[in-house]
Amino acid sequence: MSIHSTRRHLLGALGLGGVALGAAACSSSDPFAEEDGAGGGSSDGGGSADAGTIVVGSQAYYSNEIIAELFAQVLEKAGLTVDRQYQIGQREVYLPELESGALDVMPEYTGNLLQNYEPDAESASPEEIHSALSEVLPDGLRLLPFAQATDQDSYTTTSDFASSNSLTTIADLAGLKDLKIAANSEFEVRPYGPEGVKTVYGVDVTVVPVEDGGGPLTVQALTDGDVQLADLYTSDPAIIANDLVPLEDPESLILPQNVVPVVSKKVDDDAAAAITTVIEALSADDLVELNRRSVEEQASSADIAKGWLGEKGLV
Amino acid sequence: MNGNPYLEAFAWLGDPTHWSGPSGIPMRTLEHLGYTVLGVAVAALIAIPLGLFVGHTGIGKGIAVTAAGAARALPTLGLVTLFALMVGIGLTAPMLAFVILAIPSLLAGASSAVESADPATVDAARAQGMTEWQILTRVEVPLGMPLIVGGFRGATVQVVATAMLAAYVGNGGLGRYIFLGLGSQDYPQMIAGSVLVIALALVLDLALLLTQRLTLPRGTRPA
Repeated sequence: MSIHSTRRHLLGALGLGGVALGAAACSSSDPFAEEDGAGGGSSDGGGSADAGTIVVGSQAYYSNEIIAELFAQVLEKAGLTVDRQYQIGQREVYLPELESGALDVMPEYTGNLLQNYEPDAESASPEEIHSALSEVLPDGLRLLPFAQATDQDSYTTTSDFASSNSLTTIADLAGLKDLKIAANSEFEVRPYGPEGVKTVYGVDVTVVPVEDGGGPLTVQALTDGDVQLADLYTSDPAIIANDLVPLEDPESLILPQNVVPVVSKKVDDDAAAAITTVIEALSADDLVELNRRSVEEQASSADIAKGWLGEKGLV
Repeated sequence: MNGNPYLEAFAWLGDPTHWSGPSGIPMRTLEHLGYTVLGVAVAALIAIPLGLFVGHTGIGKGIAVTAAGAARALPTLGLVTLFALMVGIGLTAPMLAFVILAIPSLLAGASSAVESADPATVDAARAQGMTEWQILTRVEVPLGMPLIVGGFRGATVQVVATAMLAAYVGNGGLGRYIFLGLGSQDYPQMIAGSVLVIALALVLDLALLLTQRLTLPRGTRPA
């Protein structure tokens, strides 16, 4: 199973759109520039580094790296030495590293991580998903509180369509005729697809398959008016750029993917408290804006994190 | 996934519920065939007259060969995406891409058909007082017909194999099974879709091969 989803990887692989460019921009930082953070006695890779060094990892996904960098910078502010190990591939790779103590902090997403341990886990409220996750997490790993920010599928519409039909939640779509949603074709068979939305909210919607994983073609189908809805990631900068509105999901039809840090035993209460300050401040809009700076301005994750933490008064 | 996905693909094909309705195999195959025929037909309107002209007169031969060769190298998925960003989702964008995909084979077929006519035969026709138009339509085209059909054959097989990309931007066709199977990790469905595309390509190829044989002019058929 991929970290995020097949479609995001497909998008990256095809090199379509700015997301891939953003990812490339973030990962091109000079590896030697981080040497002084690793401390004197650092061994090359494997095993735990210095007793005092916290190893922060990230997925090979630009947005995840930005969140990891937020954690890294508040930890440094708290006086700890941080070793950055970004762009680690799959969960299959980094979860064992976390358990073995070679990695100490990883930004995660509640729903996907829960399904990693319990593939049949069904959608529930963000709180329920978080507590279910804390129960299945292996010994030695600790789950910190989750952020309001999410990176999940959504029923997103244009602000015009939302205001002319007074839409705030998915439930408000009930009764509207001929609703079409642009999404990858597998949306048809997802639990939050047409059948699920009919059962939970009484909404009738047909899928117009656009296979670029919520990329520019999907967004364009929505802004052109070919469809009234699109399945976009809630953290997608295209939401700001095109004045789009992700509809709220009060019944948790869609598996919540709140940002959540998973940490090793080496992260003591002080370090956990530092990371939690980021989590408490990170709203949904903040994450979209952080991603926008990466995709549109091609800013580095270090600069993006520094700017945001400064605004929030966290460093 | 349990069991062999290839065997399951054939079970999927044998399931009668997959053979009816707007997303059933007959409808999707018909859509697929429709995209192919339309793409090749539009390409032929452009490429056949151009190919005959180039073949008969020799004018612009270098340009035509170079352009056709370059067009062959264009990645069709890239073209579909590019056109869809310009004209939106729907049939226009993939159709433009299929036309560009089909032109090189058709153009090469038509121009080489004309060039392949024996110069002595063409000179004889000219000596008899035929106009250039008569030479083209009564001598060169009938003699070269198998090569023209060969151009159609190449173009059709290429487009039918690529027409799954129509489903990338909101259309139907057999690509729907392939993309849905891929996205939902339903590999039997994905393989079944691929098998259907392959079968359709083989049927069309065979039909055009037979047409090619039938268009061999009398007197040039091997004994």
